[in-house]
Amino acid sequence: MFEQISQRLNQTLRMLRGVVCVDEASLIVALRDLRLALLEADVNFGVVKDLLAVVRERAQRQEVLDSLTPGQQVVKVVHEEMVKLLGGTQVRLQLKGATPHVIMLVGLQGAGKTTTAAKLGQQLRRSGHSPLLASVDVHRPAAREQLAQMGTNSSIPVFASEGDDPTVLAREAIEKARLAGHDVVVFDTAGRLHLDGAMMNEAADIVEVLKPGNVIYVADSLAGQDAVTSVSVFHERLPLTGTVLTKLDGDARGGVAMSIAAVTGLPILYAGVGERVEDLEVFHPDRIASRILGMGDILTLIEKAQEGVDVEAAAILEKRLRDSTFTLEDFREQIRQMNKFGSMSKLLELLPMARGVDKKALDPAEGDMRSFSAIIDSMSVEERRHPQTIDRSRCRRIAKGSGTRIQDVNRLLKQFNTARKLMKKLGRHRGNPLDMMQNANFGR
Amino acid sequence: MHRITSSQSPDEETLEALEEALILADVGPTVALRLVENLRQVAVGDESPRERLREAMLEILARSSSAVSAPSKNQPHVVLLVGVNGSGKTTSVAKLAARYVAQGHSVILGAADTFRAAAVEQLEVWGERLNVQVISHTAGGDPAAVVYDTCAAGRSRGVDIVLIDTAGRLHTKDNLMAELSKIHKTAGKVIEGAPNEVWLVLDATTGQNGLRQAEDFLRYVGVTGLVLAKLDGSAKGGVVLSIAETLDLPIRFVGTGEEIDSLAPFDAEAYVNGLMGQD
Repeated sequence: MFEQISQRLNQTLRMLRGVVCVDEASLIVALRDLRLALLEADVNFGVVKDLLAVVRERAQRQEVLDSLTPGQQVVKVVHEEMVKLLGGTQVRLQLKGATPHVIMLVGLQGAGKTTTAAKLGQQLRRSGHSPLLASVDVHRPAAREQLAQMGTNSSIPVFASEGDDPTVLAREAIEKARLAGHDVVVFDTAGRLHLDGAMMNEAADIVEVLKPGNVIYVADSLAGQDAVTSVSVFHERLPLTGTVLTKLDGDARGGVAMSIAAVTGLPILYAGVGERVEDLEVFHPDRIASRILGMGDILTLIEKAQEGVDVEAAAILEKRLRDSTFTLEDFREQIRQMNKFGSMSKLLELLPMARGVDKKALDPAEGDMRSFSAIIDSMSVEERRHPQTIDRSRCRRIAKGSGTRIQDVNRLLKQFNTARKLMKKLGRHRGNPLDMMQNANFGR
Repeated sequence: MHRITSSQSPDEETLEALEEALILADVGPTVALRLVENLRQVAVGDESPRERLREAMLEILARSSSAVSAPSKNQPHVVLLVGVNGSGKTTSVAKLAARYVAQGHSVILGAADTFRAAAVEQLEVWGERLNVQVISHTAGGDPAAVVYDTCAAGRSRGVDIVLIDTAGRLHTKDNLMAELSKIHKTAGKVIEGAPNEVWLVLDATTGQNGLRQAEDFLRYVGVTGLVLAKLDGSAKGGVVLSIAETLDLPIRFVGTGEEIDSLAPFDAEAYVNGLMGQD
């Protein structure tokens, strides 16, 4: 189901990307598809509504409409707003409070707190700290045993004492950390339901004792709409400082990241991406935004395109396409722009739709691109503008001048003709020059 | 909510509110949109759109419901519990064991989660509390071997019910899913026709990914039903509607708390009422 939706969204955005004038109708279609994709990705209903309102408002502003590529601007606005909601830039965990610094993990049952505690311990040790893991989960059977085993497996000291009062255990753990000279203590707490008053009080009591510099909410990336309800209550009752998103190694879109960030404003510090203790990554707001939309790195491509492509040159090119005056000079201009991306294969890697492309087929094409440039350089202005004037003897001269063979020149001309035909067709749809470049080279 | 007369189609406001309620219950935008779209047609009789929606959902759930296979007198009835990490498998195994024991059945548990640290200990604590035997190997062992021994022990002791707890695994991990498939086959080598039931434990807070989970677990181990865990929160687990509809999988039990007796057979009527906020 999701593939279909994100495919359609891709189509819509792709269409919009090349559009020169964003009218109300195409904006409505795009926003509708966007809404569906976001909801299917489990972004909360209210969060989606607010986001779309902002996107709509910005899309209708003059600077977007007046820009050379308003369609692209709209897509960019969507992405920008999503990343903004997700906290913008990457935020690192800051150890705070008295030494030993206390990090307390809280969350619903089964979110992945215990595993995250062990992973955080590993991360902290790697960055030169001396962490102690401590479990104050007196509720789930063998929860303390689980943390103890995970600590043992990765040689991180663990405090896991008997006893049924978590606040007492918390004090003991801090004492142990002081004596043993640990500078950070990661506390694993029992999973609790936000509706469970007694359990929420227990968590507040533990906070009272520990005065933690960090209280981190551990959120399951598989979660749905209700994530905002639970995290809001946790946020109200406890001094949360950040969140960790778990189980991101699955195929969930992780829209919950946006929901949580939107309602709490808390930074997402890490992403859990596997069952091993090393599987904890720094969270990248821009990557998750693309993941939520299921668009590969199409947005990165747009950004790159905006940096790399000379907008004015693109506009002139587009005009020529429409007037069917596309020449070898334009063709060379395109090749020059392609080179700004690095290589053809790099550009293609960024495109979700190009996944099926045979990578081997790329290499000769890349070679062609280089020689094509040289061949065109060896032509006279007349020949570039009117390639039909290139006869056998001119062909020989061009090959000699560019250090290529006659076959190469012929291949260029053939490819150029195919490209021109394709572009004529695409020009009617006001396509994007980059898309056309691909079509020209790979017959896609 | 307004009462709609037979001659009018429901007003937009009502429909939008219903759609929002469905989406917030994790029914998913596609199913929600379709259900609400069906209400758009002129109302039949005096029924409110809300009532018709309730009925439409009950119908989806009724289509997939079927009788649970009954324990036979001759050989143990084997139930395999599967699911992603943290969905509530071990707790559900314990609750199911308590339920079967209370019904007078003899029960044996297999601790086939040899991966997660202290998963065996967790099940053993429950076994002790319930006075039910738990078959386990050392951590890191072959889970299929645990299943083999559990089924063999169940057969030789003539118990009624064998419940097997497995390690949580994301449905996207092919190697772990293949391992589960092996576990499934192993049970059948010891007891003919086993496992009799394969229940996917789904966390009620799960969003649209729940459908993907069900699809993959169904493909690998032929899931026969769902256990909807953690329904005591504010999450409604509405993705089960998509699962019931597209995969024809019935919901067998719902878990509603941490107490050992907080597990009940699925009641579609109560569930739909809860989903629509009419507890």
